[in-house]
This record gives sequence, structure tokens and C-alpha cells, in this order.
Amino acid sequence: MGKIRGAATARAKELRLELSILGVFVGIYLLFLIGSPSTFTRFDIYYAFMSTIPFSAIMALAATFVIVSGEIDLSFPSIMGFSGWVFAKLSNVMIDRGMNPELVIVLATLACFATGIVGGTMNGTLVVKTRIPSLVATIGTMFFWRGLVNVCGQGYGETLVPINQTVLFKLFIGRISGLIPAQAIWMLVLTAIFWLLLKRHRFGSHVLIVGDNVESARMMGIRVNKVKMTVFMIMGFFASFSGILASLEVNYLWPSLGEGYLLRTLAAVFVGGTSVFGGMGTIFGTFIGSIIIGSLEGGIVAIGLTGFWTQLIYGLIIVVSLSIYSYFRRRE
Amino acid sequence: MAKQKLVSMVEIQKSFGKVEVLKGVNFDVNYNEIVGLVGDNGAGKSTLIKILTGVHSPDGGEIYFKGKRITIHSVDKSRELGIETVYQEQALSEQQTLWRNIFMGREITTNFGFLRIKDQRNETERILRDQMGFTSKAITTDSVVKNLSGGEKQGIAIGRALFFNADLIVLDEPTMGLSLAETKKALDFVRNIKQQGKSAIFISHNIYYVYPVADRFVILDRGHVAGKFLKKDISQDELVDKMVTLARTGKIS
Ligand SMILES: Nc1ncnc2c1ncn2[C@@H]1O[C@H](COP(=O)(O)OP(=O)(O)OP(=O)(O)O)[C@@H](O)[C@H]1O
Ligand SMILES: [Mg+2]
Repeated sequence: MGKIRGAATARAKELRLELSILGVFVGIYLLFLIGSPSTFTRFDIYYAFMSTIPFSAIMALAATFVIVSGEIDLSFPSIMGFSGWVFAKLSNVMIDRGMNPELVIVLATLACFATGIVGGTMNGTLVVKTRIPSLVATIGTMFFWRGLVNVCGQGYGETLVPINQTVLFKLFIGRISGLIPAQAIWMLVLTAIFWLLLKRHRFGSHVLIVGDNVESARMMGIRVNKVKMTVFMIMGFFASFSGILASLEVNYLWPSLGEGYLLRTLAAVFVGGTSVFGGMGTIFGTFIGSIIIGSLEGGIVAIGLTGFWTQLIYGLIIVVSLSIYSYFRRRE
Repeated sequence: MAKQKLVSMVEIQKSFGKVEVLKGVNFDVNYNEIVGLVGDNGAGKSTLIKILTGVHSPDGGEIYFKGKRITIHSVDKSRELGIETVYQEQALSEQQTLWRNIFMGREITTNFGFLRIKDQRNETERILRDQMGFTSKAITTDSVVKNLSGGEKQGIAIGRALFFNADLIVLDEPTMGLSLAETKKALDFVRNIKQQGKSAIFISHNIYYVYPVADRFVILDRGHVAGKFLKKDISQDELVDKMVTLARTGKIS
């Protein structure tokens, strides 16, 4: 047994990958439980995780598509920042005119989404039409959108209190029976949708094939440019969505919104087991990876280490989990 | 235009940057005919057929299909016309399953674009067992292309092209990297195309493979058609001689 060529079906392979990420997850949580049973047997810490992890997790889902397609996006935190700023600024302008907050938040949300999509379209255009590699193109747009927040906002934040009694506000980040933050539900629902898209939909199939081999995709009639354009637009859209959630959560738009998300979000995707080389990715992995990365900081502090340990442990987790996946991949 | 032809490519030109790869090529395929397209490395064979299949667009010239002038601006368009291709590069997705590979770019879906995975699996299974004659239990519809042998990969590429019931099947170096037994199988597929009343373009370096199955030969040389021969007018050895002379002197005789 053992070495039957071709026996490694895609499903078996994926299952093994997803089991190993689950293993990493369980291992870390066991350490948390042992290290600080008082914290990790109570609901509070999970409540805190459910409120904060979704912002990065939702972007990680979209980033998974970008990475599976063989591209990268470094600009989403800046798009998050600028579209969040548009959201908050526009809200306040409309509120100052005496408009109904219910209407204000709807309009501001639409404007924010539009901004995110424009940001994604710009990245897509640079990559597809101008043919600048996405790594470089999105370094450019990363500075561009961050710079735009600075220029437009002049370093000032915006309050979001006037719209925090609206229906949409509750839909975005309200608390379900006071216990479950709505953003955690968004994260779950979006995980399911992204999973369906990647594994069960023609679009996902095309993303996988484009990321696998662009030339093959082209020869088989897949509209490579359209696929790439779409993944960047999806990324931009969900960056703007996360921007709304993250700023509504604190009732305030910080001009620095988005900073600190880049590496964590990408780390979540890679810790989740998605391949850096494109053509292969797992939404389940990204989901778990986001929880791992998102709970490390809180967990580390809870088990009594100082915050100074965080980065060291991030580094260890990333290196160890990627080594495990790489080992499995080579054995095939 | 001459009506009896399935495909006519007239005065086709194509450059990549400053390099003129096709310098006015005339190339026809008749109904129920296997055309052997031969020529040295870099002669422009693959480029010519990629223009026919919509991968490249020509810089000049005209294409007629079943007597009608057409422009083939996309792969979809050529498929619609009934042209299927086994590319030299195979055009497979290495990390994906066979069922994704067979239906690459034309997935079976619901109205909302969701895949009918079961249908794709069943059809793939049929192609594997009936069409390709794969008997190895190690290869399933869920196998990943990366794990297949060179011959098996080529089998998938050929099986995919034959599956969609095309009128014209283009095979670019289908025997490359195949063992003798597998080559024989690939040649049988080409004969089978003829028996089904369809046409094929068979590209190969190896005259010994092309000669037995083709009805007609077109020699391409550095972007020009250097010669056209019906099988009945030329023996295998004569054809080989012509190729050798062409390679040595740049002229055909
Ligand atoms: N996409 C491309 N961009 C630039 N040059 C190309 C491209 N495709 C082909 N060429 C060039 O065009 C010329 C003809 O290539 P082509 O692949 O058509 O030759 P061929 O007859 O199929 O050769 P072979 O027998 O080696 O497959 C070569 O010089 C090649 O380098
Ligand atoms: Mg070629």
C-alpha cells in the first residue's frame, strides 16, 4: 500500500490539509486552556474574540480568492481606511444637514461600498491592463489610498454616534440577545458563501484554474482578465465592508483605520493552508486561520505572558504551521 | 469561396512584436480529411492553429468556415463553430481534479452558475473508461492531474477534445512524450476521427507518425507554406527527403 500513484485524490488531500490546520487550532486552544483555565472557560473572552476577529477574517476570505488566483493585494487595509473615511465623513455631512439617520447610514454604506469597489477596480486595471505585477501595483495603491485618507481627513477622526441607533447599525454590529455580535454572524455567513463560491461555483473553478496556470486557462477559453478583475473588486468591496464594521464597533472613525491588518490578514490565509503559488486554497482553512491569528494576542496576555511575546509567538505559529503543510505537500 | 472546404485560412499574417511568425499562410482543411501539418521547430505551426482556435488574433488574412467568412476573436467562438483542440502545452490545470479539467471553461452549471459536480464527475468517468480506456483503478475523476503520467495527461487532453463532438479536431504534437503503445493509441484516435466523418489537423515533427494517418500534408517553413502534397502523390520516404532537403537548403527540391 501507500504509494499508489494517483491515489491521492483532491478530496483526500484537502481533508488532510484541513485536518492539520484543525490540529494546530486545537493545540493552541489547549495551551490557552491549560495556561489560563479561568479565562478560557468563561464566555467573556469568546465574546471579545467574536467582536474583533470578523473584521480581519472577512477580508481574509476575500484575500483567499486573490491569492488563489495567483495574485496578491497589499492595499486592502488602505482601501478599508479610505472607504471607512468616506462612510463616516458622508454620514456626518448628511447628519449636519438634518437628514434622517436611518437614511444617512444607508446612503453612506452605499458610498462606502462604491469606494471599495473603485479601489478594487483600480488594482484590477493596473494588473490586467497595465500589466504591473500585483505585488508592485498594490504597494502603489496602498500608499495612494492611505495618502488620500490623510489628505482628505487631515488627521481628524469622525464620530459615528449619530447613526448608532439605526436598523442598519444593528444589522452590522448589533448584539443578538445581547450575547452574539452580529459581525460574528456575518463572518459565518460569508465563510459559507465564499466556500460555495470557491468549491461549488463556476467562478471559483475559474479562479482556481487561472491561479493554477494562466496560459492553460486562456487556451481553454476562460476570460482570465475578467476573473482577475473580479477577485480584486471582491477584495475592495469586502475591505470597505470591514471598514464599516470596524469603525461602527467603536462608534468612531480613526484616521488610521486599517493599519495593522495587512500582515495579520495575510498570515491568517497562509496559516489556513492556502498556497502562496495560487491554484489551491481552502476557505475553511482561512476561517480557522483567522481565528488562530485573531485570538493569539488575547490568549497570550491571558496566559500571563506580556504583550511583548505576541510577535514571537505569531512568528512561531506561522513557521510551524507552514512547515507542516509543506511537509504534507512534498510527501504526495 | 470554394464551398467544399471545411476551413480555409487565406493569407494569414501574424507577428509577435517585431518577429514576423506567419508571412501570409494559406491553409485549408476539407470535409472528412486529416491534414498533417509538419515543419521545423518555430516554423509557426502552433501559432497558425492558435489563430484558428481563437487564442491569437491574426494581423492579416481571412478565415472561412464551411464557406462563410468569419472572425474568431475568442476560444468560445471557435468552440461554437465546432473546433476542438489538443494543445501542445496540453492546457491542463495541474493541481485540479480531472472533473474540473475536462470541463475547464465550459462547466456544467445550474442557471445561477453553480456546478453540477455530479454530472461533471459522471461524464468524466465515462470519458476515462469508455473513451480513453483507462482501466487503472488508481485514476479516478477526483485524481489530480499532477499525479498522472505524461501519457495519461495527454489522454485527458485528447479525451476532452473528443468529448465535445467537434467537426474539426486540432492535435498539436499529440504524441510528444508518449511511449510506443500510447502513441499507437493516440494515432488510433486520429483514425477514429476520420471514421466518424470528421476532420482533423495533426501537427507533428515525426513524419513516421503523421504519414500513415493523414490524407494530405502541408509543410510549413519559417512562416511560409513550403509545400502541399496529397498522400497518393508522395511516399513516406519522399516526404522525409523533402523535409531533410528543406532543413539543409531552405528549399524543397
Ligand atoms: N506568444 C508568443 N509571443 C512571442 N513569440 C511567440 C509566441 N508564440 C510563439 N512565438 C514565436 O513564434 C515562432 C513560431 O512559434 P510556434 O510555436 O508557432 O512554432 P511551431 O512550429 O509550433 O514550433 P514547434 O514545432 O517547436 O512547436 C517561434 O519563434 C516562437 O518563439
Ligand atoms: Mg508548436
